[in-house]
Amino acid sequence: MKVLLSWLREFAPIEGTPDEIGDQLSDLGLAVEDMVDVGGGLDGIVVARVLDLRPHPDADRIQVVDVDAGDGQALQICCGAFNMSVGDLVPLATLGTVMPNGMEIARRKLRGEWSNGMLCAADEIGLGDDADGIMILEGSLALGVPLVEALELSPDVLYDLEVNPNRPDAMSVAGVARDLAARQGVPFALPDPRPTESGDDADGRVSVDIVDADLCGRFAVRVLDGITVGESPRWLANRLTALGMRPINNVVDVSNYVMLELGQPNHTYDLDRVGGAGFRIRWARDGETITTLDGVERTLTAADGVVADGGDVAVGIAGVMGGASTEIDDTTTTVALEMAWWAPMAIADTARRLALRSEASARFERGTDPEIAELAMRRFAELLAPSGATVAPGLVDQRGSGPDRSVVRVRTDRVNAILGTDLSRERIAEVLESIEFAVTGVGDDLDVEVPSFRPDSATEIDVIEEVARVHGYSRIARTVPRSSITGRLSAHQVDRRTVRSTMVGLGLDEAMPVPFLAPGDLEAAGLDADGVTVTNPLVAEESVMRSSLRPGLLKTLAYNASHRLTGLGVFEVGHVYRMPGVPQPLPDEREMLGVALGGRDAGDAVAVWSALADALAARDYRLVADTPAGLHATRTARIEVGGVPVGLVGEIDPTVLAAYDVVERVGWLEVDLTVLLALPHGDKPYRSVSRYPSSDIDLAFEVDEAVPADDIAACLTSAAGELLAHLALFDVFRGAPVAEGRRSLAFTLRFQADDRTLTDAEVAAARTVCIAAVEDAFPATLRG
Amino acid sequence: MEHDLDAHLAAAVAAVAAASDLAALKDVDGELLGKRSVVTAAKKQLGSLEPDERREVGRRLNEVRAEIERMVAGRRQELDRAESAARLESERLDLTEWDRGRRLGHRHVVTQTWDRLEDLFVGMGYTVAEGPEIEDEWHNFGALNFPPGHPARDMYDTLYVDYGEPQSTLLRTHTSPVQIRVMEESAPPIYSIMPGRVFRSDTADATHMPVFHQIEGLVVDRGITFGDLAGTLEAFTTAYFGSGFTSRLRPSYFPFTEPSAEFDIQRPDGSWLELGGCGMVHPDVLRAGGLDPEEWSGFAFGFGLDRLALMRHGIDDLRELFRNDHRFLGQF
Repeated sequence: MKVLLSWLREFAPIEGTPDEIGDQLSDLGLAVEDMVDVGGGLDGIVVARVLDLRPHPDADRIQVVDVDAGDGQALQICCGAFNMSVGDLVPLATLGTVMPNGMEIARRKLRGEWSNGMLCAADEIGLGDDADGIMILEGSLALGVPLVEALELSPDVLYDLEVNPNRPDAMSVAGVARDLAARQGVPFALPDPRPTESGDDADGRVSVDIVDADLCGRFAVRVLDGITVGESPRWLANRLTALGMRPINNVVDVSNYVMLELGQPNHTYDLDRVGGAGFRIRWARDGETITTLDGVERTLTAADGVVADGGDVAVGIAGVMGGASTEIDDTTTTVALEMAWWAPMAIADTARRLALRSEASARFERGTDPEIAELAMRRFAELLAPSGATVAPGLVDQRGSGPDRSVVRVRTDRVNAILGTDLSRERIAEVLESIEFAVTGVGDDLDVEVPSFRPDSATEIDVIEEVARVHGYSRIARTVPRSSITGRLSAHQVDRRTVRSTMVGLGLDEAMPVPFLAPGDLEAAGLDADGVTVTNPLVAEESVMRSSLRPGLLKTLAYNASHRLTGLGVFEVGHVYRMPGVPQPLPDEREMLGVALGGRDAGDAVAVWSALADALAARDYRLVADTPAGLHATRTARIEVGGVPVGLVGEIDPTVLAAYDVVERVGWLEVDLTVLLALPHGDKPYRSVSRYPSSDIDLAFEVDEAVPADDIAACLTSAAGELLAHLALFDVFRGAPVAEGRRSLAFTLRFQADDRTLTDAEVAAARTVCIAAVEDAFPATLRG
Repeated sequence: MEHDLDAHLAAAVAAVAAASDLAALKDVDGELLGKRSVVTAAKKQLGSLEPDERREVGRRLNEVRAEIERMVAGRRQELDRAESAARLESERLDLTEWDRGRRLGHRHVVTQTWDRLEDLFVGMGYTVAEGPEIEDEWHNFGALNFPPGHPARDMYDTLYVDYGEPQSTLLRTHTSPVQIRVMEESAPPIYSIMPGRVFRSDTADATHMPVFHQIEGLVVDRGITFGDLAGTLEAFTTAYFGSGFTSRLRPSYFPFTEPSAEFDIQRPDGSWLELGGCGMVHPDVLRAGGLDPEEWSGFAFGFGLDRLALMRHGIDDLRELFRNDHRFLGQF
């Protein structure tokens, strides 16, 4: 919502500098997004006429324009806009002019052609939002006259306010002035125009029938005669322009002016074209059609409201756009002026469905003031009177189901308990009365009648907010509550930090790919297309939610490789989403760790896993050879902790790498943290350190390739029994003299007792048992 | 006899000095003090001397012996040092050859910021709560006082997913649904923050991403006031940004808080920055969380987490956080 300071001051003697007023508006919850001086600082800008337009000989985006700035001479200007025609009047910034943005206009050459000034767009001189072309001046203006004089501009301040959805009242100049006056403690008054009435009473000339009361809370009509469509007075056109609306003609302009000033959208019908001179307000029939003011035929549904004429033919879409058949034109002499209150939800739905959002629908959606209609009609008549229009006596006014007016009990104690203040009942009443909330004392408490222009305020907490807002948030003393609980991270959150710090300690960088995938990304990674799909994605590349971290990390490696950055190790901790196997309220969502090691292999990936298992003290894990889709078929294992699968480790399938344009081998680890961190881990039982000497033996076996080293180790551990203090695989060897299809696995075993020094005989016996166990269980033989 | 000893000592001085390594010194030591040495021979002859002379010669013998031992020990120490120095010299390394830029990995700036905020609020007595990123319509909107069709839903460009009834399931547009989950799962008093990933239907540019991160705060206890909200955010501002920073609250609108406010911070240079939204938890939201608003009151706040990361490091484009360029990731 834009407002002019001069317009605000028509309702209240607003005090202070423009900056101070801006701060007060922000503090009232009407955030000032922009504040600009308008109608001033335009010295040197004059009216000029376009005499000739010709292409620039040496540039496509510039044309050469000759203008007459009042001396009858052709003045050459180079201009980047192409919207003007010969004969148009345009604003010319003459040489030496300092533009509002500080730029000084000087004579200069543009690609070899002289430019002796600059033609201005509306937004460059603070006269509107239009930045698309040179401002074409309407009407007959004398050439060479300062623009300020020609357009009757006066210095003013324009505020662009952000109005929250709960403040329909602030969608009007008067509403903003009311808030500001309350804050400043200065009197506020709406205008009370009394236009002269003449002609036959409206009652009898037009009828209104609200068929569907749930659509329309109020439909009021007055009749104006003697309409002559023409130009608006300059001052009115200037205000509309400043607030971002283009002047059209006097009737449309007054309609917009009243809406901006009082917040009541309104519509005018050429009464002679309204069939049966009557209005029927009802829901549309499914498939009913109407051609709207913009010439488009629109098909309606039963969820849209219409204004139909006496013959039940739709002549307008309720609150959204009028129909073409009753549009005002040069032949119009009599209009029916509609001021209505529409059910906000109905207008919102229709405006959204038909993509017909307008200043009017925006106001109806938020809820207009059902009681402003009568005043707004008088204001309309008053503003149109100078063009010869007269208003007929009588108001045809029907009511349907309007908004409930609330009387709210507000407890003084409750106000102070919520705000942390110590306001008296009298202070609360004073604050509320300043914004026209009527207050009656009830003991220590208050009964508050909410004004009709504040439909958002319906409960005690709503009124408490108003008290805080107008009293001033900054006047409420700040306190810090002492937390009555112990602050801490959950065990899962602590573990997640351990996971990240372990990865970082291993030299891996944390990446953050977006969790959106393109269709086909999962399949290209060899995964099932089981991602949850987005119903309304902006682009196809963001239409699938990832069910795996693989695509994102592979894209990360590919992106970096395309910048000649290879050999990177990256990891991510993030959520993945899948359609669940059994019905549940939400998709299956879990937290995963993904690790991609560019240029490294499965062995490196296993090292990352074992470091993580150590960091988390994950017990009893096993790597079980597996062939999950998308991973290297002979270099991948499933990770099981206590028999529960928690992830996969190995390498990415070369086919997948090719599909993702990854040019190097990629070691891969993925761990389901949701599962792993819920399994027993951490806090390994303490085992006291033995004070007795230990004995080491080394055993090397020739073992079939099909037997995992882990199985041999498990067998040795089991056979060695309690005396085994430590076991490690320290060498793997393939080639002669080891037989083809086998490899040598060399283990070192350390034996130690807690209560004695082991004898050579005990160690020898353990050695014999270990060898026998392995040779019995596997196709394996001890190497000599 | 004494003359022999004096000559022997003089010869010993030359012999010890001439020993050029530890092996030679050992030989010299044997010659000077060993079984066949002059000293040993003189000791054997002591018995044949008169008591007076024996005393005199014996004393001199001990002196000479001690002197030779001292000289040998000193020389041994010299040679030890030299040998040790030679060994060290032979092992000399240029350590700068060994600095190959071996590095730790780097945490992402967003998770660093995330942890920093968690630590700060944990220190203020808060726990950290989390919720699903794919949410149901009730937790994201309905329970937060956005009834279906409520115009305030338009403030969020919501992405829905194909799951269950149409528009029943969505990518959460804010971390606020976790407020409801916390109230459902735990009884007050509640002092929690809820960092998390959120989604909007936005085209990526320097300040927008379809996915980004927020942190939410929720306090529900007896007697919590708007003044507590303002004070808590001021305490946070000073603790996180530094002592030169202050905060203010401006009236605003969110369906799930009332009174609602925008939360701005003021930099030491006086400029203001909009950080997030906040307010007193709306009575309807407390009810949706199963709490009696006459017994409990609370406040909530929320702001963007990514922007704090950008501000801290002077990064001017939000998209960098998600591009995963190693030259970016490696800087933090």
